[in-house]
Amino acid sequence: MRGVRWLLLKDLQILRRSPLQAVLLVAYPILIAVLVGFAISRGPEDPRVAFLNEVPQNTRIDVGGQELPKANVREQICERVECVFVHSREEARAKVESGDVLAALILPADLVDKINSLSTLTPGVPEVEVLVNEENAVKAELVDDRITSLLAQANLRIARRIGSEGSRYLGLIVDGGQFHVLGETIPILGLRASARILQAVLPALPRSLRPALEEVNEFASQARDNLDVAKPLIDRLAQPIEVDKVVVGGASPPLEIFAIAVAATLTLAFVVVLLVAGSLALEREENAFPRLTRGLVSGGGLLAEKVLLGIAVGLAVTLLMLFGMRIFVPLELGRVWLWLLAILFAGAALAAAGAALGAAAREVRAVSLLAFMVTLPIAFLSLVPSGAVSPAVFDAIRYLTALFPFKPGLEAITAALDAAGPGLGGPLLHLTILAVAYAAIARLALRRFATV
Amino acid sequence: MPPVEAKDVVKRFGSREALRGVSLKAAAGELVAVIGPNGAGKTTLLSILAGIAKPDEGQVNSDGGAVGWIPQQAALYRRLTVEENLLLFARLEGHPNPRASVEEMLGLTGLAERRGEIVARLSGGNQQRINIAIGLLSRPAVLLLDEPSVGLDPRQRARLWEFVSGLAGRGTTVIFSTHDIQEAERYGGRVLVLADGESLFDGSAGELREAVRREAPEDADRDFETAFVAYLRHRGH
Ligand SMILES: Nc1ncnc2c1ncn2[C@@H]1O[C@H](COP(=O)(O)OP(=O)(O)OP(=O)(O)O)[C@@H](O)[C@H]1O
Ligand SMILES: [Mg+2]
Repeated sequence: MRGVRWLLLKDLQILRRSPLQAVLLVAYPILIAVLVGFAISRGPEDPRVAFLNEVPQNTRIDVGGQELPKANVREQICERVECVFVHSREEARAKVESGDVLAALILPADLVDKINSLSTLTPGVPEVEVLVNEENAVKAELVDDRITSLLAQANLRIARRIGSEGSRYLGLIVDGGQFHVLGETIPILGLRASARILQAVLPALPRSLRPALEEVNEFASQARDNLDVAKPLIDRLAQPIEVDKVVVGGASPPLEIFAIAVAATLTLAFVVVLLVAGSLALEREENAFPRLTRGLVSGGGLLAEKVLLGIAVGLAVTLLMLFGMRIFVPLELGRVWLWLLAILFAGAALAAAGAALGAAAREVRAVSLLAFMVTLPIAFLSLVPSGAVSPAVFDAIRYLTALFPFKPGLEAITAALDAAGPGLGGPLLHLTILAVAYAAIARLALRRFATV
Repeated sequence: MPPVEAKDVVKRFGSREALRGVSLKAAAGELVAVIGPNGAGKTTLLSILAGIAKPDEGQVNSDGGAVGWIPQQAALYRRLTVEENLLLFARLEGHPNPRASVEEMLGLTGLAERRGEIVARLSGGNQQRINIAIGLLSRPAVLLLDEPSVGLDPRQRARLWEFVSGLAGRGTTVIFSTHDIQEAERYGGRVLVLADGESLFDGSAGELREAVRREAPEDADRDFETAFVAYLRHRGH
């Protein structure tokens, strides 16, 4: 292991000696990372959404005795997303789970009744149901955005109506009057009248205190009751229709965090794989390999040196990038140890994979190209959300990307950056297995290809 | 037991037999020249002796002492300086005082004043000097040199052989390959002739002249190189 130190020093000298390469090695992945970040935050144009309308036909929204013009929900929604009409909840759920659609929007049968109840004294909570599969933050954010904008529009229309109803009740409390409920008519004194009575009874307070106070008491209780009724009504003004979002699968952190994790993992993957594969191939290109492995350093020692080199440089570049990102997005500094852990494990697995590539190559150029050709598609495949492709293809992608450290690395770094979403343990275990497997492959490849 | 010994070594690359039963024994302090046409198997033999390649058949023994190896293709880091290369390998060899051995090698190669230059910018011959110097850093019991003098100017050649003869004089076994018949004759106490993976001759330089004269009498009066070529032709190569 004594030799490992000197070889590490040598590789850093070579790296420093090749400023163009060093810059490319760092600048290129960061450029790709930024581009990907942009691309990801845009999202695809027309997401597919399953649409189930359980509301009986010809039900109209009726607020305060006035019918709203027929709300053409279907047209409104399907203008913004590609609607896939389904006929049952089961069908909607299955489509979401399989990833065939990004989300399902369900308008329950009692939706319009509940909307109509908003302007009564027993307002219900109108709900639309949204089924989403949040295994992917891009998707989750996308769905959230669409639903929020659709609901905001619907809510605005209803809120205008309810607003005028609400103010009628408040007027009753302030000015007093007749209040009709359940076929009965109750006289309401109102705040103004109460004040007047209080003023009138004040001079004669000691003696005739009792009846006046009783009246005031009564009003107070009525007013409280009325306000109790008005309160939920007024609450509903803010958002008449509530979304009952059911997460069918997965959980995900906010999109900025996810984009940063993608950028960091891309950077780490390119720096580590290219550096390790390239510097291992350089040993062969310079014919130094046989000279080294004749007693100066073992094959395992040489691999360990390259993996260390990859981890060290990858860690430095990725941390630098993350700290740079903190300018734009708040990242919890308290989690920096988790960042280190995730980068270390991901770096080790990526370095081992790079070593496996480098061990099989004789030339730096060839292996750099190879590293790009392997890493880039794997990275992009790892970002494909379910629903963007058919379920069978998605399964194939899932198995393929599990074989390369990019996806688990991304999961680990995402988990390290933000507490939302799945934990760090699974990805770290996955990365450990990949690191060991690739190290073994690299060792074999070195024996197989390096001896004459 | 001799410092290095190969017995009936066979090496195949696919269907091509690079060595077909070659044997070689060298005593301490002996200088052995390996000659033969391109593709004869010289490099293959030396790399098997160096332990880089494994023979398919036969045995190779060395008596424990380290085997130094100077490859035909320069094995050094072209992006490091002359000094960084020497220092790296001196450290990897575990020299007690790596800097002192670096100085010694810089003196031997005459590159002391170019120590800070990137190797890639040196001429081919100067790169070969460093390649040799790196191989000489370890003081092995057996030193294998694969065409060491290629690319060296006459003065540097003389320096190289002076140094190598000095090592042999102190007991190092030296085995070198060359295309220079004169060099083989002059420095090789023994000469091994390989052609197409076969060992055609193994003996002293004087004995080789005898053998050549016997095999190709009509060319025996020409210069030795021409006679040697005729000898190979007579042996079917
Ligand atoms: N790695 C290899 N793969 C396949 N064939 C090889 C390999 N190395 C050598 N050979 C073949 O083995 C034979 C002997 O090659 P070798 O390099 O030992 O010859 P040589 O005597 O050193 O030649 P030269 O004088 O040109 O250096 C040649 O036919 C060569 O093509
Ligand atoms: Mg050769």
